[in-house]
Amino acid sequence: MATVVADIAERDAPVERLARIWGTPPGLLGTLTSVDHKTIGIRYLVTAFAFLLLGGLEAGAMRAQLTHGDTHWLSPEAYNQFFTMHGVTMLFLYASPVLSGFSNYLWPLMIGARDMAYPRVNALSYWTYLLAGLLIYASVLVGQSPDGGWFAYVPMTGAAYSPGRNIDFYTVGLTFLGFSTTVGAVNFIGTFFCMKAPGMSVNRLPVILWGTLSSSIAAVVFVPALTVACVLLYLDRHVHTHFFDAATGGQPMLWQHLFWIFGHPWVYIVVLPAIGIASDIIPTFCRRPLAGYTFVTLSTIATIMLGSGVWVHHMFATGLPQMSTSFFSAASMTISLTSGVSVFAWLATIWYGRPQFTVPFLFMCGFIILFVIGGVNGVMTASVPFDQQLHDSYFVVAHLHYVLLGMNLFPVMGAFYYWIPKMTGRMLSERIGRWVFWLMFIGANLTFFPMHITGMLGMPRRIYTYASGLGWDTSNLVITIGAATFAAAVLLFLIDVVRSRFVGPLAGANPWDAPTLEWSVSSPPPPYNFAVIPTVRSPYPLWESRLGERPASVLDAGPALDDGRETIGTDALDGIPVAVLQMPEDSPWPLLLAIALAWVSLALVFAAWSWALIGVGLTAASMIGWLAPAAMRPVRAESAGSDERVPTTRGPL
Amino acid sequence: MTASHAQPIGASRDAEHASGRWAMRLVITTEACFFGYLLFSYWYLAAFATRWPPSDAQVSLHLSLPNTGILLASSALLIWAESGIRNGRIGQLRTGLALTTVLGAVFVGVQFVEWSRLTVTPSGSLWGSLFFTITGFHVAHVCVGLLMLLVVQLGAWRGAFTARRHGYVSNVGLYWHFVDVVWLAVFTSLYLVPVLNR
Repeated sequence: MATVVADIAERDAPVERLARIWGTPPGLLGTLTSVDHKTIGIRYLVTAFAFLLLGGLEAGAMRAQLTHGDTHWLSPEAYNQFFTMHGVTMLFLYASPVLSGFSNYLWPLMIGARDMAYPRVNALSYWTYLLAGLLIYASVLVGQSPDGGWFAYVPMTGAAYSPGRNIDFYTVGLTFLGFSTTVGAVNFIGTFFCMKAPGMSVNRLPVILWGTLSSSIAAVVFVPALTVACVLLYLDRHVHTHFFDAATGGQPMLWQHLFWIFGHPWVYIVVLPAIGIASDIIPTFCRRPLAGYTFVTLSTIATIMLGSGVWVHHMFATGLPQMSTSFFSAASMTISLTSGVSVFAWLATIWYGRPQFTVPFLFMCGFIILFVIGGVNGVMTASVPFDQQLHDSYFVVAHLHYVLLGMNLFPVMGAFYYWIPKMTGRMLSERIGRWVFWLMFIGANLTFFPMHITGMLGMPRRIYTYASGLGWDTSNLVITIGAATFAAAVLLFLIDVVRSRFVGPLAGANPWDAPTLEWSVSSPPPPYNFAVIPTVRSPYPLWESRLGERPASVLDAGPALDDGRETIGTDALDGIPVAVLQMPEDSPWPLLLAIALAWVSLALVFAAWSWALIGVGLTAASMIGWLAPAAMRPVRAESAGSDERVPTTRGPL
Repeated sequence: MTASHAQPIGASRDAEHASGRWAMRLVITTEACFFGYLLFSYWYLAAFATRWPPSDAQVSLHLSLPNTGILLASSALLIWAESGIRNGRIGQLRTGLALTTVLGAVFVGVQFVEWSRLTVTPSGSLWGSLFFTITGFHVAHVCVGLLMLLVVQLGAWRGAFTARRHGYVSNVGLYWHFVDVVWLAVFTSLYLVPVLNR
């Protein structure tokens, strides 16, 4: 089946028209105005990876300092900025955007659409992400980077104890970035509900869609908590309000609640799409459908629902009533049930499949192992008495890194090896990839496993140096060696990516003999994605002939929709076609609006009110420029007749 | 389950708004959460206070109660305007939109009058901080709504909407009603409950 439908684009004349309609013109203007989800997805991936490297360099500097005791080449002030920027970079500028990159690139290809639901919003989401990242890193230029940790507790971050611009970069930068995350999430949810190919009911979707949907809903609901926290802190610092000022009735604990109401779901936001990626890659290399698809998707949704009610487990050491900590402790442990469902589904898929140990599959295996370790030490910290012993120690650092590397970085690395051939048309090297995997797996465990022990031996997190002879020396040396191993793996991966651009073997449409729709089009895919809109009848359309599914999906015939930028809109659950959607052309407004918002943000960091006001004017002007022309375009007489039409059908191609 | 693709399906401009409607619903959801967390902060701080509203609070229904009526009336007028265009009565749409905008502007004006009458300031006390921040964010949202109303108003005069194609009007309506409902929550928390408790 796969070879039959491969490269249909090259054979048919109308596809040239489609390519003209959907293509982005070359040159600077085309680059800045493009709304193609594939372009935006790759931009997201490259930018997020650049931030990963920056965050990695910051980690490297800290590890260099901590290799031996009594080292002082980083001052305490510099060290504070390093660990804060490391956390902010990895959690906000790498972990979530890299998944947005994959989802942006893959979703339309996986669901048989020609773009995301709101292509211009998609571009806006990317530009605001880039500018917010640059704004946060602009703090380095003035030597006042955020230094209050990634959760920036008050009163330490209030005006009294943090008079510089450091925390202003944090509050304003994260509010700006939250805007990007939110509009991106709206785009994913809208796409999920409106853009699936005919017949692609919700039980036939690749699991990454469920992961990103859950994340996006969580982002829509919980990012505003961070926004409110940052706004209140900003007002406390610059307008002298009293929200967190204990002396006048304010409550420092309010910050912790608001931050963790956002912060804990954020952890799931940065892992659930990655877990979806694993559920999509593992079946390909086990040569069988995912075991327990329904249970995996349901547990994904259950995880985010439970995950929204566990934030207090970050606050067990704050003296909250035992009743409340017990409740949140129990709720936190419940999450091991839903994650357990996924783990057993993967194990069953491997057990009953015929595993092929390719590089992407190796990364999935590494992911499952780290997922279990990160889960087990998570259950330990979810227990109140245990947590009170180890709170703010390196044990917590070990736990959160197992979670974030295991459940985000390893699936992401596997996803790079799996989907880069689709994006560039060239394979990465299996041989180098094995080196990358083993160096990374050994490096990660060598770095983070000993942290459990240093933590139990009493080493607090976030200390810029420590006295030798406290029993932490050996493990810290091992940790730094592990970190260097890990860095070598990342470097090797970059070399492999560059190498493959020039000498990688051509991938063809479906190098892995994978089952889902993105593999039915050429690598890289044409600008319009699909020459005809496919009709889908199963979760594994390219494996139907061997799975014996009836009736079969139709990939080589269907509505052509080559009169303009058009795709099919379907209903939310069953994938019943309801509309021909007219998609927007390339537009400069997303970039202009993003620049206007960046203007406002930069002015706010420096509390330059009149500049901020000008920025607000520019923002309003860009919004009107974006929306008004379409809202005010008169309806022409000829289209006032019947609204229904039968789209031209083409094929079999 | 699946319709064959030879079946006639809806027209594009309507559908553009069908997916646009999801976007507006989601924007409203996230904005509602934003106000939810603001009001959570209000109630959290109130719960820890020895006395709430504190002695320096200046809560009064004199302006806020009629102002609530004005905002509710504006929503009702917008519903009337939308039902007008649904039946192809463009004049009703134009009149309704104009009246909604006027009432919305009056609401903002009254809010500014109330602020100017208070002696507390955002930096003066915790209550002042909460009151000005929450009502300030609400007024900002009303102003965004007014801007959106002006745009669809221009569209209505230029003939951009018909009985079948008026997704922009519906979306702006959705947002306006949301701003209205949020006000009810703000009004209840900041005005009604303290007055009834007094």
